[in-house]
Amino acid sequence: MYPEEKVEQERSKVESAKDIDLEGKYTRSSLYKDAWRRLKKNKLAMVGLGIVIMLILIAIFANLIAPYDPIERVKEESSLSPSRLHLFGTDLLGRDIFSRVIYGSRISIVVGVVAVGISVVIGLFLGALAGYFGSASDALIMRIADIFFAFPYILGAIAIMTVLGPGIVNIFIAIGILGWASFARIFRGSILSIKNKEYIEAARALGASNHRIIIRHIFPNAFAPIIVYATMNIGTAIIVEAALSFLGIGVQPPTPAWGKMLSESLDYIDIAPWMMLFPGLAIVITVLGFVLLGDGLRDAFDPRLK
Amino acid sequence: MSTNNKVLEVKDLKTYFFTDAGVVKAVDGISFDLKFGETLGIVGETGSGKSVTALSILRLIPHPHGRIVAGKIIFDNKDILKLNLKTLQSYRGNRISMIFQDPMTSLNPVYTIGNQIIESLVIHQKLDKKSAVKEALKLLEMVGIAEAKRRLSSYPHEFSGGMRQRVMIAMAIANAPDILIADEPTTALDVTIQAQILELINELKYKTNSSIILITHDLGVVAKYARRVIVMYAGKMVEFSTVDNIYYKPMHPYTMGLMNSITRLDKSKKEKLKPIEGSPPSLIDLPEGCTFKSRCIYGKEKCSRRFPPLIEVEKEHFVACFRVKEIRKEGIKQAVE
Repeated sequence: MYPEEKVEQERSKVESAKDIDLEGKYTRSSLYKDAWRRLKKNKLAMVGLGIVIMLILIAIFANLIAPYDPIERVKEESSLSPSRLHLFGTDLLGRDIFSRVIYGSRISIVVGVVAVGISVVIGLFLGALAGYFGSASDALIMRIADIFFAFPYILGAIAIMTVLGPGIVNIFIAIGILGWASFARIFRGSILSIKNKEYIEAARALGASNHRIIIRHIFPNAFAPIIVYATMNIGTAIIVEAALSFLGIGVQPPTPAWGKMLSESLDYIDIAPWMMLFPGLAIVITVLGFVLLGDGLRDAFDPRLK
Repeated sequence: MSTNNKVLEVKDLKTYFFTDAGVVKAVDGISFDLKFGETLGIVGETGSGKSVTALSILRLIPHPHGRIVAGKIIFDNKDILKLNLKTLQSYRGNRISMIFQDPMTSLNPVYTIGNQIIESLVIHQKLDKKSAVKEALKLLEMVGIAEAKRRLSSYPHEFSGGMRQRVMIAMAIANAPDILIADEPTTALDVTIQAQILELINELKYKTNSSIILITHDLGVVAKYARRVIVMYAGKMVEFSTVDNIYYKPMHPYTMGLMNSITRLDKSKKEKLKPIEGSPPSLIDLPEGCTFKSRCIYGKEKCSRRFPPLIEVEKEHFVACFRVKEIRKEGIKQAVE
């Protein structure tokens, strides 16, 4: 078979496949398909994606993976170094560090996802308001955002946690509220550039309502940078949660949280370094996974790299 | 339809843009009517207010700088300028629709062609998905896109400019509008495609029983498709008449200048093209009086006092020039003197 024929045959295959899926195609968008194709080619991003997926699985199936109860204390087994029985060793109270690290992933993932989710929702809403309707609402919202930017992240989180008191729900609130400003600013920027595009005017000329234009025409076009930033921000949120727990105003003992485990290990660095090493590694790997994935997404969504 | 056959009536429309540099009077007192089934041409150079007139009819003037400051746009016995947003939205794309200048940027890149055509059907006709898909197929075939079924699931970037403009047209006629506003529909396309697109718009006019407002700076296009033509200059109408009048006996000095500056097969080869000297005035600080005065070879001191009113010199022939009588009577040469 001549190569041209082969190409032709391949093409007709592709085209006939397109024919069949007439209904399903409408909801899928080429921007996201293209991005996924490019993401798959990016090895580092795939490593990041692998880490993230693995973490999520670990968090979901923590009870199946962990060999011991993460909270139960076994006095006789206090401060054991890593062994076959206790992969990561045990801590001062005789709890299995491996099991605690495994369970700790739940806190980190949940805090990361929920807190960033809160930031995204607030940010998108206010960003859309500022960007689409402009003028007074824009000025007001962006000035409030500026105030939030002026706060150091951790300091702000500490302040809010001090007021609200410790606990996981309050961590969601603290991190979520502090993070919205960047999302609002990014989204506002995308909307500003998109709302003056001709296809938006064309949609308006077709009789689409404001609501419809924002949801159907602006959102899908403005969403890519949000996905990128949200992914990276999950990493940041996990670090902030670890920091809060480290400082003792985050997740309360005995719930296993990586940051708390670090602070508990602080006094024993020289005699039991594994107590610090493994939760520390867990934080590093987790954050690295989200950052790599976010980085890859950013490249994948950049049409100039096509 | 009202008895006088008018689909649309624009009365003394004024659309201004309020910028830091001053007030731009983009459209300054335009009045015309569109008759049922007619194609009305609006010609003028860039910045003469053609597009702003079109956008004003659908109230698509960009906020917050632009504003329609005065006038009436009567459609369906109602003033469009007084409609609430909801009614207005139910008119847009349904009773009055618009074809934009640049098909390359007027389609949303993240949705398929089918999806976008279906949207206009769903908004106004509340069709369910299945019948909307069918209808979209029909529309694509109507505008001459081959393999319409496969093309429904293509994205805009997979289409050429001419095909995209066909899609835009399909979207515009999807609800069989009373009025179709084509804002320089062929400017971004190459010449061979231009002819096809215009032919298509003209054909569809009969199928959908629409009236068309054709905005262009291409005098040839207007000659072929329009019955009456409005000539605009610096936000004002300077002449309004039938195509024949505009082409064979233009009476406003600007229109005359335009006609002298294009190549025509019906003129002898020896005649040279005569450009209009100078360039249009800035719309921000328009001179007192006639806006064309600085470039006009017939200008008299009377012209600097106020803008001449648009008067009906003969049946269906409106001219805004103080010296139209002299120009008409004495012929061009004497008037120059």
